[in-house]
Amino acid sequence: MEFAELIKTPRVDNVVLHRPFYPAVEGTLCLTGHHLILSSRQDNTEELWLLHSNIDSIEKRFVGSLGTIIIKCKDLRIIQLDIPGMEECLNIASSIEALSTLDSITLMYPFFYRPMFEVVEDGWHMFLPEKEFELFSSVTNEWRLSYVNKDFTVCPSYPPIVTVPNCIDDEALKKVATFRHGGRFPVLSYYHKKNGMVMIRSSQPLTGTNGRRCKEDEKLINATLRAGKRGYIIDTRSLNVAQQARAKGGGFEQEAHYPQWRRIHKSIDREGASVLIHGTEGTDSTLQVTSLAQIILEPKCRTIRGFEALVEREWLQAGHPFQQRCAQSAYSNSKQKWEAPVFFLFLDCVWQILRQFPCSFEFNEHFLILLFEHSYASQFGTFLGNNESERCKLKLQQKTMSLWSWVNQPSELSKFINPLFEANSLVIWPSVAPQSLQLWEGVFLRWNRSSKYLDEAYEEMINIIEYNKELQAKVNTLRRQLAELETEDGMQESP
Amino acid sequence: MEHIRTTKVEQVKLLDRFSTSNKSLTGTLYLTATHLLFIDSLQKETWILHHHIAAVEKLALTTSGCPLVIQCKNFRIVHFIVPRERDCHDIYNSLLQLSRQAKYEDLYAFSYNPKQNESERVQGWQLIDLTEEYRRMGIPSLSWQLSDANRDYKICETYPRDLYVPKTANKPIIVGSSKFRSKGRFPVLSYYHQDKEAAICRCSQPLSGFSARCLEDEHMLQAISKANPSNRYMYVMDTRPKLNAMANRAAGKGYENEDNYSNIRFQFVGIENIHVMRSSLQKLLEVNGTRALSVNDFFSGLESSGWLRHIKAVLDAAVFLAKAIVVESASVLVHCSDGWDRTSQVCSLGALLLDSYYRTIKGFMVLIEKDWISFGHKFSDRCGHLDGDPKEVSPVFTQFLECVWHLTEQFPQAFEYNEVFLLQIHEHVHSCQFGNFLGNCQKEREDLKLKEKTYSLWPFLLDDQEKYLNPLYCPSSQKFTVLEPNTVPFNFKFWRNMYHQFDRTMHPRQSVFKLIMNMNDQNKQLEKEIKELESKIKHQKNRQTDTVLNKESLRSIHSDSPALKPSLCFKKEQTLLPGNDAIRTIEGSNTADNRYSEYAEEFSKTEPAVVSLEYGVARMTC
Repeated sequence: MEFAELIKTPRVDNVVLHRPFYPAVEGTLCLTGHHLILSSRQDNTEELWLLHSNIDSIEKRFVGSLGTIIIKCKDLRIIQLDIPGMEECLNIASSIEALSTLDSITLMYPFFYRPMFEVVEDGWHMFLPEKEFELFSSVTNEWRLSYVNKDFTVCPSYPPIVTVPNCIDDEALKKVATFRHGGRFPVLSYYHKKNGMVMIRSSQPLTGTNGRRCKEDEKLINATLRAGKRGYIIDTRSLNVAQQARAKGGGFEQEAHYPQWRRIHKSIDREGASVLIHGTEGTDSTLQVTSLAQIILEPKCRTIRGFEALVEREWLQAGHPFQQRCAQSAYSNSKQKWEAPVFFLFLDCVWQILRQFPCSFEFNEHFLILLFEHSYASQFGTFLGNNESERCKLKLQQKTMSLWSWVNQPSELSKFINPLFEANSLVIWPSVAPQSLQLWEGVFLRWNRSSKYLDEAYEEMINIIEYNKELQAKVNTLRRQLAELETEDGMQESP
Repeated sequence: MEHIRTTKVEQVKLLDRFSTSNKSLTGTLYLTATHLLFIDSLQKETWILHHHIAAVEKLALTTSGCPLVIQCKNFRIVHFIVPRERDCHDIYNSLLQLSRQAKYEDLYAFSYNPKQNESERVQGWQLIDLTEEYRRMGIPSLSWQLSDANRDYKICETYPRDLYVPKTANKPIIVGSSKFRSKGRFPVLSYYHQDKEAAICRCSQPLSGFSARCLEDEHMLQAISKANPSNRYMYVMDTRPKLNAMANRAAGKGYENEDNYSNIRFQFVGIENIHVMRSSLQKLLEVNGTRALSVNDFFSGLESSGWLRHIKAVLDAAVFLAKAIVVESASVLVHCSDGWDRTSQVCSLGALLLDSYYRTIKGFMVLIEKDWISFGHKFSDRCGHLDGDPKEVSPVFTQFLECVWHLTEQFPQAFEYNEVFLLQIHEHVHSCQFGNFLGNCQKEREDLKLKEKTYSLWPFLLDDQEKYLNPLYCPSSQKFTVLEPNTVPFNFKFWRNMYHQFDRTMHPRQSVFKLIMNMNDQNKQLEKEIKELESKIKHQKNRQTDTVLNKESLRSIHSDSPALKPSLCFKKEQTLLPGNDAIRTIEGSNTADNRYSEYAEEFSKTEPAVVSLEYGVARMTC
């Protein structure tokens, strides 16, 4: 298929663009295969480049022959285009509609994007499971890497390499996979080096109404506990929903068969126990819980690289279906039932914790906003596909650029550095009282109000911090200088 | 003292208000003449001023003891469990008595004795000079003058002695107008905008009923109008909802009839009365106090309390006022019913938007002194300083502070002071520790001889001003001359640091604000040190040049070795300023950590230096 077929009118003159807080701009509207471009042809006015995949909904209005298109984007921005001529307006609208809802992933922009920067470090190879495993395999031999899923046959939504208890062989894993929804057998999500406790995740067990059991499953889950220790099974669903799931073949762990475990349907206070987390499919709320827990527990996850690794491990590799969840967003009228802002909600939670611990994160709010934007519309291939299996088939590594390759360039990275960051190894427990939660203004009010004064205040804050560094450096230099002078002096005066 | 039956109870538990796990601290509860003091087993102290207590409640006996819940006017809530019911009952009764004084003379301010001598005390009261403030605005001027009509409080008891009126408003006009206004509160100058030659004036409602008029009052408004050469019409802002104002007509009061006054533009702005505000806050506090509050219940409770809607109404009115002056150069007369609640809010906020002086620490004090204290906002009634009519209590001044806080959130660099300053003022409006806010008007304060018997708060705040400085303040910037806040609903948010000031676990565990503030201080120290080092280096260099020269001639003479050994210098570099580590620590990274006192220290109250425990139990120094 050629994009040209979809573009009924590639270009319209005298289009007026309205955006909040900006004066209206008159210019030429151009449609390309992936972008909507408005250019005023005046050198000093910024052009508008909008990815079609960012467009969530379009409304048309007509007053006489003047058409107006209101475009609502997945990044929550709303813009208005006044287009003279009814036919042009209708053509533009239907073109945008078609281009913003392309069926085939391989027609998406990442497959066409040619980066203008030199790749220093390829993001596709930055976070390999083997390397992540090495980080804790030196302190424990209770876990091993399994390649049982190397051709995605045991669990289509799992990556080829997973971490499982050392004493469970691949044959057992295959059996367990048949007992878990979508084949998502329990795998290691996080190893807490401080006390050896672990977080494992899976999907729901397929107990059904007659209470099916799976010995291998019970063995696997118990193998994750040390002798005499108890663990918690966190079912992210309410008890009611979990019970209803049995009618559809799903279900939850019967305590009689998992005696060392206590099942709960909400969060727990801390007490140094291992946990198994699952909801229904184990690809949504499960991942929110496991990744947020790691943000709280693991200082590394609060660095830029660590956070990238977390997204890679707990979202991309873990098979969160980004393609399905992020195809449309809040404004769309044609949402499918599998569309949901699960990852966005996770980012909001991270932002809430960042607000409460503003010095504990290496990255700032802009980094989270970047990930929010790119999970919905991007020139990079990172968030395409629903799981590793799909990504392999699409050959994303060969055909598209990784978001991380771009973000981790020093020039880009500097925009996302939190000037207040000071690494600390503590566990950061956030307050979850409703009074402590705030609207994420940087996302939700970003296009609705001017942030000029807030931005200026932020600049001033950075100035103070930078000035502090300068002064400290200068004091050190002067002290050294003085000390040298005094040494010389002392030498001159010694006999 | 006769109220205190028990001065000390041991084994009292202080419950954590928001913990889900019923954690508590055990300690000893003391009752002094002025404070309730709880010292827990970790020697942490929780001080509660008796005057801060808004309500004490004794709940039904439980197995662990008798629960005693104390709600404070600074929104602190403490929940004690006293082991023996009799002790609880005694404390309960004592607190009931101690927190509701019948006479001004029994308030803390009359016994509070800071380390200040008499002349300092007198000077403290002279710190804010309203005559000077009007002079700053350019008053008296060609068209405005000081009137001596109220010199002896004969025309209006609740106004100050010194009032500024248009030159053309002679005594008969003033007297006539005052007779036509509720409580005699006739139109007077509150703020004068020199550039625009426009004035903010204030008064109470006219006694117009359905048809009454008063020529002198009409003349008064005309005089105000004419005092402004740049605009021939003026605004009359009735800050009440129209319905309320109309209802007042039946009682012989009401609002100006546009037909009777030449060149006025009449406008209602719809701020609710003190009773609506009181119950709104009460609803808000009920929501906040709920244990295990859900997000839904919090937001629907916040919404149905209407609190933020009222804050928006007040700020909207101030924006209207400021715009009339800046955009139209029109003078504005503001009133409500009596002209001491909503009128004070709107006039002071309007001036704050217009004049950057009021956004400085000193200027803010002046603003409060002028539009609130001197013009007779009934602080004692509104704050319930004495045991009186609970229907007179209303959070009018709190709302004013909250509006200012909202402005500081929108304009983070426009204010010299920070949030702590606002909280501290709120604290002392209710503490009765200083004389400023006692009584309901200037006359009452003079009768109470407050300037002779009590201390003024302002010098104490100024002494501590380091704590109240906004590290991001940008005074030179002219762009902040007039603030134009955006009052769309989403800009109004819950002020957690006010209403949960003492609930530490709810706040961010690392404070950017504190960090930047400390860094600013550190920068000043570093600048100083650089200067010192540079001069030392210069000195050293000169010395060496001298030495070299001297050595040529005086080779054999030894001098004493220099004061500082080089090795010491290098060591010093390691300990370069203590600042950062201390600042960046995470406060109680622990879900159960909800100790009140630590947080309280940050917004510290000036506690008495020496607290005497009555009945000779002990004398403690803290």
